[in-house]
Order: sequence, then structure tokens, then C-alpha cells
Amino acid sequence: METIHLTGDTLNNFATEIRQTTGEDTSRCYQCGNCTAGCPYTEFFDYPVSQIMRMIQTGQREKALNSRAIWLCATCETCSTRCPCEIDVADVMDGLRNIAYREKRFTERDIRTFYEAFLTSLKHHGRIFELEIIARYNLKSGHLLTDADLGPKVMKQLHFLPKRIKGRDDVARIIKRFMEKK
Amino acid sequence: MRVGVFICHCGNNIAGTVDVARAAEETAKLPHVVYSTHYMYTCSEPGQDEIKQAIKRENLDRVVVAACSPRMHELTFRRTVEKAGLNRYFFEMANIREHISWIGENKELNTNKAIEAVRMAVEKVIRDKPLHSTAFKINKRVLVIGAGVAGMQSALDCADGGLDVVLVEKSPAIGGMMARLDKTFPTIDCSICILGPKMVDVAQHEHISLHAYSEIEEIKGYVGNYQVKVRKKTPYVDWTKCTGCGECMEKCPTKNAYDRFNFGVAPTRAINIPFPQAIPKKATIDAQYCRQIQKGKCGVCAKVCRANAINFELPDQFVTEEVGAIIVASGYGLIDQELLPEYGGGRYPDVITGIQYERLLNASGPTSGHIQRPSDGTEPKSIVFVSCAGSRDKSIGIPYCSNFCCMYIAKQAILTKDHIPDSQSYVFYMDIRATGKGYDEFTRRAQEDYGAKYIRGRVSRIYPKGKKMIVQGADTLLGAKVEVEADLVVLATAATAAPGAAALAEKLHISYDTHGFYVESHPKLRPVETNTAGVYLAGAAQGPKDIPASVGQGSAAAAKVLALFSRDMLESDPAIARVNQNACVGCLKCVKTCPFQAIKEQELRGGEVVASVIETICAGCGVCTSTCPCGAIQLQHFTDNQLLAEVNSLCLS
Repeated sequence: METIHLTGDTLNNFATEIRQTTGEDTSRCYQCGNCTAGCPYTEFFDYPVSQIMRMIQTGQREKALNSRAIWLCATCETCSTRCPCEIDVADVMDGLRNIAYREKRFTERDIRTFYEAFLTSLKHHGRIFELEIIARYNLKSGHLLTDADLGPKVMKQLHFLPKRIKGRDDVARIIKRFMEKK
Repeated sequence: MRVGVFICHCGNNIAGTVDVARAAEETAKLPHVVYSTHYMYTCSEPGQDEIKQAIKRENLDRVVVAACSPRMHELTFRRTVEKAGLNRYFFEMANIREHISWIGENKELNTNKAIEAVRMAVEKVIRDKPLHSTAFKINKRVLVIGAGVAGMQSALDCADGGLDVVLVEKSPAIGGMMARLDKTFPTIDCSICILGPKMVDVAQHEHISLHAYSEIEEIKGYVGNYQVKVRKKTPYVDWTKCTGCGECMEKCPTKNAYDRFNFGVAPTRAINIPFPQAIPKKATIDAQYCRQIQKGKCGVCAKVCRANAINFELPDQFVTEEVGAIIVASGYGLIDQELLPEYGGGRYPDVITGIQYERLLNASGPTSGHIQRPSDGTEPKSIVFVSCAGSRDKSIGIPYCSNFCCMYIAKQAILTKDHIPDSQSYVFYMDIRATGKGYDEFTRRAQEDYGAKYIRGRVSRIYPKGKKMIVQGADTLLGAKVEVEADLVVLATAATAAPGAAALAEKLHISYDTHGFYVESHPKLRPVETNTAGVYLAGAAQGPKDIPASVGQGSAAAAKVLALFSRDMLESDPAIARVNQNACVGCLKCVKTCPFQAIKEQELRGGEVVASVIETICAGCGVCTSTCPCGAIQLQHFTDNQLLAEVNSLCLS
């Protein structure tokens, strides 16, 4: 394994960036591991979430932002609920994902595709339109037949036309603003 | 008036950021100041000699020392000026360390501020009046609250020193938490074997009178002369007749009463004697479960009792004890498992607490020392210990370490292996805090000789799966999530203040921290004193503590009481409130606001009603002076005129 060289700057810069993005103070983490202990997705992660927290503390920006874990996190918030130091760990994961997105570090391309399909649908209708998301995701990801076997089952519950809501334009504006933000 | 000013360098503490030479030079020009100097350490012996000589040489009649906080050295310098022949209240201290040199970096500004602080002190000192204390007698009896190991140690040490001791214990038997433990770390000696003889000593000592099953109702008075009203809760049994035979307990038909002594490990009877070695060995009825008291139908115990001791009508009784000092050793509590929903919150029978496990290990416990799963009575083979179950957890309001869990978990892991040789213990920990003598070696023994598997990480969740409990945790050293299938899980639940700690503190007029633990007078130098004269602390009431530390504090508190009682008379502090009865309009607002009940109404000969201060009770807090609408009540040494003169000197500069 590589040797990590710790210096004052590397230790502080990334943590400060995370604090500015999310408002969370990762220096409070004392590495008890309770976030990892409760995480239902740890087995799919390349790094357990407590190690992601440690990467922030030790300034390992590249490693954290290129990890698969930040994309695979389902934001179930078990980690945030269990954290004895009152850190919103799920919010930190979200913040990392945002930074990674802006820097075009798409370690999990399919998940990025899904997020974009989701947001596009939201932008168009002000709420999600499942059929559109499925179509966009399957086309863009190239997994044309993903979950096709579930088709007949869900057809009963899916709407064939989008439902429109009030304030649709406002939602679109929020999404546009986020996309333009650097 | 001739004032002398002495400015202290405090090494570099003050001289580093205050130009002491310039401060001395400038303050020498103040009105009434005839002498001003600076010195390296004014509190040192040569420093104090310099003050004494200057008083003689310069014929000074008032002294100002500009140095540290009066909390630190006011008494030191009061004694110095007194030795030189001045009244000890002709002295003022300007705090130029904590208030100035430690908090500001700009030397010039600091020096200006120091000069102003001295000027204020000079304005006060020239208005100071001579005050004299009065002497009063001490009642040389001591009250000890709580008969756990700390309180018993205090009681025995005081009694051996010849003092009469009143020992009040709220549960029916003495011994506290230690009486419930099986073995003790790090020597694995049997807890009740070393505590039992002490309990017998307490019961038989000619100088100790014990009130078991009693609580403090009310405390009045002051150091040297307290009146304490004790509520002796009714056990519904006449203890003067009860022989402790236990017949009633055997025949009692209510078999599902909560066993407070055993922390509910197994049910007990509505009438019971808590444990075989109990002192006093007397039966107590738990009214909540008694059929006779709740429904008026039963009375079996009264029928079987040969001593005719049962009395369902027996009321609470009150006794008033007069004492001169109080030692508070009221112990600690444990958090409720309900605060830990991720560990089942008490819903799973096979997830128990550390103290419950002690009772399972204990030969005189409900299982006669056989470790059994509460759910089905089988012997567990895989046991998981969870440390910091609530401790060091800011999210539930317990940011502190509970002090003794690391050690008792190691001990329980060792004992588990002794009881069940083919068992495997797992310990989830965040840090191993084993700082006492022989402690770290002990935790190593648990791992190296007894094979306990220590895993560094917290436990996120515990849930049942078939007959097993699944413990979901992390191994942060490995960087991975881990799971253990356990037969039994033991939670080292966090130690808290004892239930009712805050209410007792308010009766005693002592302070407690945000968690309910009592606050000592100084964390290093006055660890068993409180800020209320005559009230001392011992044991875990002050913060979670293990047995050696509790015993040490118990003895320390006793030594403090013996020192206090070595004199026959005490001197009162004259810096207390006084009423100018010519100005008092008799509104008696002060009587209502006084937190010490130190002010009473008095009728003068002409029939007018005025306030009057009871000198020995007044603590000099000053609440009354700010309440009085006509300035009739004044705190001596801090009168309105004295304080306003200080403020004026600052505003006019």
C-alpha cells in the first residue's frame, strides 16, 4: 500500500472544502466506525464510509473523489443517525458527490446517468415521471433491457402520461441554477 | 490616608505583556498613594516580607496588590497585612493577570488597563471599613449521605477519629453498587468478601447511627450547625421487631415484583430482604406490588410473621439530626436502555447491562452464579461486550467517559472464561482506558491469557435472528464491517448522576454540572470540598469513579471533617449583609429573595417591621442588596458606595 505523507495543508484543505460545501465539521469524527457498522451498502463499496471520513481528515482528496463509494451511497442516513459525534455523514457523502460531479469524475457512469435522467424528468415536469426516467436511463446507459422482466408487474402502477404540477418552472430554475454553478 | 501599591510580575505571566515598571511609576502618582513598587513574585515569602516592611517603613494604612485573581491569593495577602498590624479588610486586589495580561497581547494597552485596574482598587481601598469576624461553636457530629463504599469509608474514618456519625442510606440495605458486584478488578477478589466486614463495622460501630431506607427531607443551618430533617420511609415492617428470618419472603404470594437490588435480572417477592448479607437484615414491603396495600386482600406475611412485625399502616417517620458537617456520597446511576434503541432499547431479553451480568456471575445472585441466558436459561457460548453503550456519545447528551467500564468488561470477559471454558468473548471498544495501577496489564491478560477478542469499533445495531443476537459492528483497524452471532450481549451502559442528585444538591446548596454530578471546589487542589463551607464530596457523586478512587475520596473527605472539627470555635465571615434599620421600609423583598433563608423579619419597639440578617447563615452572595428598593441592606466590604467609587474612577478617566 502507498505511504500517505501527512502535512498541515493536506490535512486541512480538503476538510475545509467539505465544511464549506456541507457545513459539516469532519474533525469531530473519532473513527469509532459506527457509520460503517450500520451501512447497508458497505459490501459494494470500495472504501467503507468511515474510511472516506478518514480520507477527508487526512486530505486524500483524489482518492475520496474518485471512489465508487460516494456514488453507491443510497443516502439512507443510517450513518448520520448513529454518529455519536453528531456529524451528518450522509450529507458529507452527498457533498463529495457534488464536487465529483462538477469535476466530471464519474467513477460510476450508470449512476450519473440515472441521476441525470432523474433530474431531467424533474426539470420537465416539476415531479418525476417514471416511464421517462426508465427510458432515458436505459437508452443512455446502453442497458436497454435492464429490469425489463419487472415490466409487466409495474405496468399496473405506472402512469403513461406525466402529471404536471404547479411551480414546475420554479423547479426547473433551481435545477438550472445548480447545473450552471461552478 | 497612605496607600501602598505592589505590582507583581508573576514571572513572565504578567511582566511579559504588561510594563510593570511604568505601571508602578504611574500608579505612584494616584491620590492617596504614597508608595508603589513592583516585584517578581509578590506571593513568595520575600514578596510578602516586602509588603510587611513597607507598611512599617512608609507608615501605610491601606494596601493594594495588583497580581492574579483574588480567588487565588486574596486570603494570602489579607493574612500578610494582618501580620503587619492592619485590619485584614484594608486590602484590595487588582486582577491584572486573568483580566489583562493573559488575554491581551498589546503591551501598551495592557499597561494602561493595568493602571486603571489599580486606580479602581485604590478608590475602593480608601473606602474600606475595618471588619471583624465573630466566633461561634461547632457541633462535632457529621452527617454522611449514602452508604456505598465511599460513604461507609467516610463514616468509619470519622467514627474511628472519635466523631459521632449519622449515616443515611436511601435503599433498605447498605453497601451500594459494590455490594452487587461479583469480583473486583484488577485483583479478582470477591467484592462482598472485602465489603462485608466493612458493612458489619458500620453496623456495630458505637459512634455510627444508621438510618437505612431514609432520605434527606430538609437541611437548614450553616457550617458547624446544621439541622437535618431525615424522612425514614416506611418499610411497612416494624424493624425493631423484625428478626430477618425471611419466612415472610418465602410465603409472599406476589412473585413478580421488580428486584431493585438485582436490577430486574429475576423477579422477587413484594416483601423481601434484598440479599443474604444485607445490613440491616430486615424485611421491606414494596408497596407497588403488595396485594394487601394495593387491593386490601392478602396479609399472608402478617399471618406468618412470628415476631408480629408487619404493620400495613406504618407511616413515614421524621427525625431531626443536628450536625456540624456533611459528607455527600450519594453515588451514581446508569442510563436506561431505552436511550439505546439501536441495541434493542431493553426489548431483547438476551441484551443485558453490565451490572445485570454482575448479578448473573455472582454466587449469591438469582442464578447462584451460573451464567444463563435470560430468554431460555441456556448457557451462552458466544458473548459480546459493547463498551461505551451511551458513554462518549454527545448525541444522547453524555459526552464524558464512564471511567470504569473498560476495566469491568475485561474482568467480566476473564470471569466468563472461568465460568464457561468453551465460551468465546468479543469486546467492541473505541479506546481501552486502563490508566490505574496494574490496569493495562489486566486488560492485556483478558486478551492474551483468556482469549477475549477485542475489536476496535462501535456497534451500530443489535437484532435477533432465531435464537441468536446479531451484533453489527465495525473493525476500524481492518477498515471493514463485521458481524458476530452472539448468544448473549452485555452493554456497558453509561454511568450517570444518581436519580434525584439535583434535588439533593439544591437542599445542600451545592452546585452540580450539566450532567448532575456535584462540582468540587477546585478540580485539582480542593477535590473533595464544595463551595459551601462544611459540605464535602466523596465517590461517584462527583463523577464516575472506580472503587479505589471512591475509597480514597471517602477517606479524604473524612480527613477534611476531622481537620474542621479539630477546633472548638469557627470564625464567621464578616463580609455579609447588614440592614440599616433606619432606612428599611419593611417591604421584606429581601426575605423572599434570599437563597439561604438568612433574613428574617423583626419587630422594633415602636411596632415597625424591618428586615434583620442572621449573621451565621448569610453567605454574602449580595442578592438582597440588588433587591432592596431603598438601599437599606448593604453587603459589607461591597457596599454601593464602594462599588460606585470604583465605577466612577473608571468612567472619569
